[in-house]
Amino acid sequence: MSSTFDTVAGIIAETCNIERETIKPESHAIDDLGIDSLDFLDIAFAIDKAFGIKLPLEQWTQEVNDGKATTEQYFVLQNLCSRIDDLVAAKG
Amino acid sequence: MRLEYFQLIDRIVDVNLDQQTIRTEAIVPTASTIFEGHFPGYPLMPGVLLIEAMAQTSGWLVIAVTKFTRMPFLVAVKEAKLRSFVPPGATLALSAKLLHEGSGFAVTKAEIRSEGKLVCNAEITFRVMEFPNPAFRVSMEKVAGALEFPMRAPANG
Repeated sequence: MSSTFDTVAGIIAETCNIERETIKPESHAIDDLGIDSLDFLDIAFAIDKAFGIKLPLEQWTQEVNDGKATTEQYFVLQNLCSRIDDLVAAKG
Repeated sequence: MRLEYFQLIDRIVDVNLDQQTIRTEAIVPTASTIFEGHFPGYPLMPGVLLIEAMAQTSGWLVIAVTKFTRMPFLVAVKEAKLRSFVPPGATLALSAKLLHEGSGFAVTKAEIRSEGKLVCNAEITFRVMEFPNPAFRVSMEKVAGALEFPMRAPANG
């Protein structure tokens, strides 16, 4: 998870011009780092490329909109990184 | 081009789903009120319309890749470079390649050439959504027909 976090934090820092030191595992991408949905597309693009996966953003958004999940489950970075690890593992 | 309808491409030349590429063509009209303002005495195709032409070319590629089930909406243009002037009457060869199909978004790389020379290029991002309503999709299918969009997109050209 730590190397996943380092990669994701680096992507966020570069993509959104956010100081790397301010990006913590417990940071909420939207609430704490102020990343909006358009910027998150850039982050998703970079994450998809870096890990060879496809973040299921549409599914996550639908689940949040339907009240079946909270944004914290997907957008707190340590949770996001866990999901990335799961997607990488599922890829085989 | 039918600038008054914001139709910036005339024809889809080919779609290659294996390579995830598209080629289109367009002829800049020789006369348009746009040229009266851009610029008086020195008519040039506005760069923003060249960018739109690249976006429309890319958009048809996304529609082809998603089998006409989803609609791309332009959300970002990066690294757009307008490399040379395009006068009225110019013939344009446009092309795009899908760089990434994400969940609910797509990224393409597009360019326009005129007489073989690179005129402009950009990286373009779309939000990709279900068609908001069936009537909209029907309208887009009509436009597709007029542009010779391959409704059964071939694997090779």
